[in-house]
Amino acid sequence: MKLNNEEQAMLAGDFGPAVKWAMEHQLQVGRMFDAKDMVDVSQAHMMADPESLGEAGVAFTEKLAETDISVRIPTITDPRGVDLECYEPIGQTESMAELERRFIAACKRMGITMTNTCINYQTIMPPVFGDHVAFGDTGVVIYSNSVCGARSNFEGGPSALAAGLTGRTPRYGLHLNDNRSSTKRYQVAEEPKDLMDWGVLGATIGRMAGSYWEVPVIEGIEKIPNSDQLKHFGAAMASYGSVPLFHIVGITPECQKIEDVDGQALEATKVTKETIRDLRAPFSAVGSQVDVVVFAAPQLSIIEMSELSKLCSGRQRSSTTDVIVCTSAQVYADAVSMGYVTEIEAFGGRVLVGTCFYQQYAREIGEANGWTSLLSNSAKIVNILGGYGYQPSLASMEACIESAEKGIIVQ
Amino acid sequence: MKKELKCHIGIGPKVEGIALVADDNFSARYDLDRINGVFSRPQHKLYGSSYKDVILVLNTAKGGVATAWMLYEMTSRKIAPKGILFNSVNTILAQGAALAGMAMVDRFEDGDVTKIVKTGDHLIVCPDEGKVIFVE
Repeated sequence: MKLNNEEQAMLAGDFGPAVKWAMEHQLQVGRMFDAKDMVDVSQAHMMADPESLGEAGVAFTEKLAETDISVRIPTITDPRGVDLECYEPIGQTESMAELERRFIAACKRMGITMTNTCINYQTIMPPVFGDHVAFGDTGVVIYSNSVCGARSNFEGGPSALAAGLTGRTPRYGLHLNDNRSSTKRYQVAEEPKDLMDWGVLGATIGRMAGSYWEVPVIEGIEKIPNSDQLKHFGAAMASYGSVPLFHIVGITPECQKIEDVDGQALEATKVTKETIRDLRAPFSAVGSQVDVVVFAAPQLSIIEMSELSKLCSGRQRSSTTDVIVCTSAQVYADAVSMGYVTEIEAFGGRVLVGTCFYQQYAREIGEANGWTSLLSNSAKIVNILGGYGYQPSLASMEACIESAEKGIIVQ
Repeated sequence: MKKELKCHIGIGPKVEGIALVADDNFSARYDLDRINGVFSRPQHKLYGSSYKDVILVLNTAKGGVATAWMLYEMTSRKIAPKGILFNSVNTILAQGAALAGMAMVDRFEDGDVTKIVKTGDHLIVCPDEGKVIFVE
C-alpha cells in the first residue's frame, strides 16, 4: 500500500505504540482487500461490548490507553453490554459490570465519546453524502451507506478503534465507487406495512443476496419509507446476508433510476409473499407461552418509544412474561420527559439505557431469568438469538404487547 | 486429488491442522458457544461440533461485527480454530483475524473450497503465500 509521510511515521512508531499498532493492523486488512492507499475518515463508531471483548479485549484496550494516546477524530461507541444502573435485576453479575467499567474507563482515557448507541445516524451526527467514515455495527453501516450515501465498510471494534487512532482507513470495498454499483436486482411484490414487515423484507433480501460483496437494488417500493422503517430493513438485511449497502430505486440517494447503479441489465428476482412467508415460518409459535418480549436491535427511536408507550397505556403485562426495551441515553432522556418511560414501566416493562439485548450476555441473562421463548418485532434479533439458546418468534409491535399481556403469543 | 490450492493473500501465520468443513456461513456471535468451543446454533451444519484447534472451511461470513473482537477473545483462551478458509471473507472476519493472529484466507482459484476440501483432510495454510497445501 502507498503510504504518505505521516502514515509512514505512524508505522515507524513516531506517534507512539498505539498508533503504530493501529497502522500495522490497517495494513494487514488493507493488503487482504487489495487497498492501494488510505482514505481520511471523519468519524469512527466502535462496537465493543464486554461479552465480545472478554478479559482479553478489555486488557488490550487498557494497554493502548496506558500509552496516553487520544483518538484523532470523533470516535463514538455502539451499545454497551451492561446498563450500570440496572444489571443485577436482569441477572448480570458484578464481574460483567466490572469488565464494562474498566472498558469505559479505558475508552474515556483515549478521548472516545461513550454514546453507546446503534442509532447514531438518528441521534448523534449522521454522515453526509460522500462522507468517508469508519463505522461499526452492521445496522449503522448499511443505513449510513444506503440512506445517507456515506462510504463505510463494516469496521469491527478493533478496526474502528484503529481508524479513530489514525484518522483514516484502508481504501477498499465501499470506499471505492466501483464497488457501489448493484449486483443483484429484486422486485418486491408487496410493500411492507409495519416495522416488522420491513425487517422481514430486509431479512429476505439479505438471505438471498448472501454476501458482503453483493449490492441489492430493489424495485417496487413506491411509498417513501421513514427512518425507522429503513433502520429495521437495513439491520435485518445486514444480519441475514452480511450486506453493507442497498439501493431502492427512486428513494435512496445514489439510485434515482436503476441505471444510476448499473442495474438495468441484471436479471430481476421476485420477492414473493411465499418467499417472505418462508423466512417467517421458523419464527412463528402462535399459542405458545412467551417468557420475554424484547424491543431492541436496533435501539428504539423516540418515535418507536412513543408508539410503544401508547400500546402499553392502561394495560398490564402477564406475571409470566417479562418485557425488555432497549434505547439510547439520548432517546431515553426525551422519553422520560414525554412520559413514555412511565407508561412502559407501568405496563411492567423494563427500559434499559445504552444497551442492546443481544449484546448483553444474552445466554447468561436468559439462563438467570428462565427465558427461553422470546418474542420481538425485530427480524435481526430473532436471527441472532437462536445460537444463544432461545426459541425466538416474530410479531408486530402491537402483537408483541398483546402477547405480553396474555402471556401467550398471539397472531 | 490436488496437492495444493491457490487463493488470495491472507492474514495470519502459517498453520497446520485438520479440516472441519461445511457449506455454511459463519459468525462467532450467531453460531458459537464460545465457552465450550462448539457450534451452538441448531440450524448450523456444524451444530454440536468442536471447533477447537481445527481448520474451519466455510462459505462466507454472516451478520455482525462482534466476530472481530471474539476471535481475539477465543484465541486468548486457546479455544479457537487454528485457521479459517472461506470462499469469500467479509471485512469483519479479516479484521478479527488480524487482531487475533489467526490464519485466514479466501478466494480460491479452483472453485468452491467447501467442496474441494473434506472434513478430516490434513492441511497446511500459508496466508502470506496465498496457498493451502494438502498433507498426504
